[in-house]
Amino acid sequence: MAVTIQEVDHIARLAKLSFSEDEKEKFVEQFNQILTYMEKLNELDTSDVEPTYNVLALTNVMRPDEEKTWLSQEEALANAPRSNHGFFSVPKVIG
Amino acid sequence: MHFEPVIGLEVHVQLKTNTKIFCRCSTKFGAAPNSQVCPVCLGLPGVLPVLNERVVEFATHLALATQCHINETSVLARKNYFYPDLPKAYQISQFEEPFCEHGAITIHVEGQAPQKIGITRIHMEEDAGKSLHAESFVAKNETLIDLNRCGTPLLEIVSEPDFRSAREACEYLVKLRQIVVYLGICDGNMEEGSLRCDANVSVRPLGEAKLGTKTELKNMNSFRAVEKAIEYEIHRQEMVLENGGKIEQQTMLWDANRNVAEAMRSKEYSHDYRYFPDPDLVPIQIARDYIEAVARRMPELPDAKRHRFQSFFGLPEYDAAVLTETPDLATYFEKVAEDVNDKKLASNWVMGHVLRALKDHNDSIHTFPVTPRYLAEILQLLETKSISTNSAKIVFDECFRTGYDPKNIVEKQKLALITDDKKIDQAIDQVLDSNARDVQDYLGGKAKVFGFLMGQVMRATQGKAHPQTVQQALRAKLDALKNEKSTEGS
Ligand SMILES: [Zn+2]
Repeated sequence: MAVTIQEVDHIARLAKLSFSEDEKEKFVEQFNQILTYMEKLNELDTSDVEPTYNVLALTNVMRPDEEKTWLSQEEALANAPRSNHGFFSVPKVIG
Repeated sequence: MHFEPVIGLEVHVQLKTNTKIFCRCSTKFGAAPNSQVCPVCLGLPGVLPVLNERVVEFATHLALATQCHINETSVLARKNYFYPDLPKAYQISQFEEPFCEHGAITIHVEGQAPQKIGITRIHMEEDAGKSLHAESFVAKNETLIDLNRCGTPLLEIVSEPDFRSAREACEYLVKLRQIVVYLGICDGNMEEGSLRCDANVSVRPLGEAKLGTKTELKNMNSFRAVEKAIEYEIHRQEMVLENGGKIEQQTMLWDANRNVAEAMRSKEYSHDYRYFPDPDLVPIQIARDYIEAVARRMPELPDAKRHRFQSFFGLPEYDAAVLTETPDLATYFEKVAEDVNDKKLASNWVMGHVLRALKDHNDSIHTFPVTPRYLAEILQLLETKSISTNSAKIVFDECFRTGYDPKNIVEKQKLALITDDKKIDQAIDQVLDSNARDVQDYLGGKAKVFGFLMGQVMRATQGKAHPQTVQQALRAKLDALKNEKSTEGS
């Protein structure tokens, strides 16, 4: 299955990115190359293999429900381009 | 044409843990903005989320309470979307392998047979932050973000589309809320958003098997709003279909001020979440003995408690339902009933005076001045006929007002009744002696005189004799005189 320019558009929109027509053409080519490479994996019969959710052979890594303060409001906002009244300020969200 | 509504609910409950689901930040409500955050919940690079074990425990509680099958292995997944209140640009949730599935909750809608509502699945996920748009200090061109709530643990409970009316959906929500409050895993406050509900609504011609196109209803912040919004949406869809129109699959927002649901501006691609297992988090494995250990710690559930109140205390179904509405009220009643013989009397007082006082004064049962021990004392005094019903109410009110011990109040206000039968006998004898003419009139057939004599005895005892006791004793005495008289006469 080959990637089309519509799919590149769709993915770009989901990622909130915009590209020129030339760039999109380039992505179509590159995406298709990657997918062709991945297609190779489909040659293996994996019908008897459990899906791997994690490459670590671990389960149930948990911690107790104990509170710890980490950052103050000032520290939390220190690297924000803009803040107001202790809040992060972002461009207006409509809706 | 007749239509049948088909409704399913998606309910989010905020869990009452101390810390967030993947970091150790506090989940307390009402703190200064962005003061309960850390690199994990701020989505800073290079951090590793670690699952809060209490979230798993709470999920197990709810799974057991709703008869769900707990998956041996469940997986946390990333749900990808952009929104400023979600700094990582993905929400950690569960998708293909939810925590548990295939459960049920039984609901009782008045006038209908009990109904089993299917639970499709329950999964754990993290909450997003809060956006401010309307406050006065928000500039025209900005939105303000508080990330304190970001990462607060949630359980999402997805029901089967088993409801056929808004009433049924609402009843289910009430029941589900009662269960999570009983389990102590959520405070159940809809106004504050610790319990949130979205509804999927569609209608189809009656008898049609195929489902109609559904819309998703959001922004319902009370039980009333849920019921009204669903009713509104059912009606709207019926009107569209009646007029030959088509239902569009869209998200509708309920406006509680105007009582209308309006389509949200369609967000293109908003449903393309590209879920995939989160590589930062390892699978959750739930063993049989873990489930059994949690089951042993489970508190009694509302249905079980209601049945026990009926069978053990011998209470009517209605009383049992009212008294078990919240676990706190049920505990209060149980403590009262422990020390009172007449359980129905205890029930009447709790359902009547206690609930009324709580409502009138907007008080909580925890800080209610008439403690279970005090109410039991009052009822014991009543049961032993040491005070009258009127006095009991006076003592209750005074105890509520001052928090004083009921026995103290009885003493101070001289409300104790004469419980010594001899004293009552003496008073009756005196009254009969000094009102010989009236006694003769009574014996001669003037039944009305009884009331007068009764009043005289009550007066002689300064109203401190139990009226019923006096009445019985007086009647016995007069009957004896009557018998004497008729024997003399024959
Ligand atoms: Zn945090």
